[in-house]
Amino acid sequence: MSVITLQVDGHDVAVPAGSTLLQAIQAAGLSVPTLCHLDGLDPVAACRLCLVEVEGSQRLLPACASEATEGQVIHTDTAQLQGYRRMAVELFFAEGNHVCAFCVANGDCELQDVAVAVGMDHSRFPYQDPQRSVDASHPRFSLDHNRCILCTRCVRVCDQIEGAHVWDVAERGSDCRIVAGLDQPWGEVDACTSCGKCVDVCPTGALFAKENTTAEKHPHPERAHQLRRAREQQQWIR
Amino acid sequence: MARTVVIDPVTRIEGHAKITLHLDDDGHLVDSRFHVVEYRGFETFCEGRPFTEMAGITARICGICPVSHLLAAAKTGDKLLAVQVPAAAVKLRRLLNLAQITQSHALSFFHLSSPDFLLGWESDPARRNIFGLMAADPELARAGIRLRQFGQQILELLGGRKIHSAWAVPGGVRSPLSLEARDWILGRLPEAQATIRLALELHKRLLDGPLQQEQRLFGSFPSLFMGLVTPQGLWEHLDGQLRFRDSEGTIVADGLREDDYADFLAEAVEPWSYLKFPYYRPLGYPDGMYRVGPLARLNVCEHIGTAWADRELAEFRQRSGRVATSSFAYHHARLVEIVACLEAIAVLVEDPELLGGRIRSHASLNRNEAVGVSEAPRGTLFHHYRVDDNGLLTKVNLIIATGQNNLAMNRTVHQIARAYIPDPVPAGVEIPEALLNRVEAGIRCFDPCLSCSTHAAGQMPLAISLVAADGRVLAERCRG
Repeated sequence: MSVITLQVDGHDVAVPAGSTLLQAIQAAGLSVPTLCHLDGLDPVAACRLCLVEVEGSQRLLPACASEATEGQVIHTDTAQLQGYRRMAVELFFAEGNHVCAFCVANGDCELQDVAVAVGMDHSRFPYQDPQRSVDASHPRFSLDHNRCILCTRCVRVCDQIEGAHVWDVAERGSDCRIVAGLDQPWGEVDACTSCGKCVDVCPTGALFAKENTTAEKHPHPERAHQLRRAREQQQWIR
Repeated sequence: MARTVVIDPVTRIEGHAKITLHLDDDGHLVDSRFHVVEYRGFETFCEGRPFTEMAGITARICGICPVSHLLAAAKTGDKLLAVQVPAAAVKLRRLLNLAQITQSHALSFFHLSSPDFLLGWESDPARRNIFGLMAADPELARAGIRLRQFGQQILELLGGRKIHSAWAVPGGVRSPLSLEARDWILGRLPEAQATIRLALELHKRLLDGPLQQEQRLFGSFPSLFMGLVTPQGLWEHLDGQLRFRDSEGTIVADGLREDDYADFLAEAVEPWSYLKFPYYRPLGYPDGMYRVGPLARLNVCEHIGTAWADRELAEFRQRSGRVATSSFAYHHARLVEIVACLEAIAVLVEDPELLGGRIRSHASLNRNEAVGVSEAPRGTLFHHYRVDDNGLLTKVNLIIATGQNNLAMNRTVHQIARAYIPDPVPAGVEIPEALLNRVEAGIRCFDPCLSCSTHAAGQMPLAISLVAADGRVLAERCRG
């Protein structure tokens, strides 16, 4: 196994070739905020929270979807990056209807955690207050579009791990939304196995079990990685 | 020229309101109105949400009585699931409501209302508050604050937080009472009982002394009274059935189910207030005026069912009649109810069933419509939900205690104004501050929710104006 070396925030680090910048950052004992990224699922670089500066590059790179290369010098926590990350989180809150007070995920929500991590105490952008619906047609689970940040974890876990491919992304821009089947009520999609993986990996309260009330959702995003490791490496470790 | 006296805003209350006193061409008081000028829209924006969220959403309606909405929403959810709530959960919910009534009544009496009684209506408004009370009688103020803390702490021990807990859920509750929590409650009960004993002695002395006029003039009029009672007619705060009693003591209606509330209650709307005017449907509007809350609960029940509280109830009735018709008696009724709550808490916490076992029933949606009821500290609270087959709300109706007292509050304001305003009011008259305070105190009799911020700190930023019939402001006085 070949190894590459690079520098992250002044730390020299060596990682296996083919590693992502995110893995290199973690190998250096550092972290950057993420939302769409989840170990066990292919990266999509949708949330833009893990953007880093790479010396010699004109543009910022998403650490989750960028391969580390020999000799790179990475900066993960500059004032510019802090500003962009906070702006990105503010936009998440402004474009949806995120009301933590009675959300099922309150207290166990990755969006909430990220907001705290980037120091967001309000949004500088006007709240869009979109008119969005709740799909409660499934007998066990519900999808609240108001709380969806379009991270597509549900889409990927259903496609890449469960193999059912119930979820997709429809429309564009502010109309963009997650759809089940061919834009059907979730409960009418025969492909759904009701496995609940999408609920487990959802970083917010968008997908939840119907019996959940305020702050009762406790997701298990780590299961995506556990299942993938079990399937590909025959290691059943929890 | 006809004039209007406007008290706007009525502040340090839970919400936004104003009072207008209408004078005719000769300066005589002809009408008084208590306007609620805020619009909150909970009933509308809950539509489309899962009914399971209602406990969490509606608890946010109020910071003083979130428990009342929590319990009404959970009970409505129970009915939508069509489950039987485990016995332990029923008892735990009752414990929560008793603690809620205790803390809310303590807040009303000690923090908000007692400064008027103890420091005097004409005392300096800057000091007529809990801080003034602390300066004048630090032991009483400390005891009152700790009594409220006792109730608040029970809420936190059960629900994890003092305000806006979502601990009660459709089907039951989330967690039992811990052994440590039970021991804490038992340890603090004697102090709480001593405090309420002290408060009762003090209040009775005041009723026999300087507050005799207030008992006559603060909302003393006949009306109906409504509240929950047990099937045996005893005092009740969470379950049971509804009863109406009139001022003569006659039981007008009994054994009413909350599911049928639309048969005996209706709501009128006035263009000058966002607060609806519920009334007893058979008598029509506005003759169907009724009162709810501690006074009504004591009036409608036969007994409370615990020894000390029943002794206090007997004395309450000796002083105010079998049916107390003065709204000023709400204050005394609150103290009696605190006694009842503390006695009930003492019995409940000794029950080992509260410490564990089954506390939540699980089910899917089994009904499309339900009505839940609870007795909030300030009166009967109804939640009515209609849901589609997926459990999403299509219709929400909340009938809140404050609204049910609306007609009586307006009448109380009018009665106080008539008693204290000079008749006729000369043009350009200065409105005495003590009048403003008494008019507000009339509202404070009813509802800690409307008085939650009055007397809390500093003085009330109150505006009162004399307005001509054509809208011209003839005289104005502000404070705050």
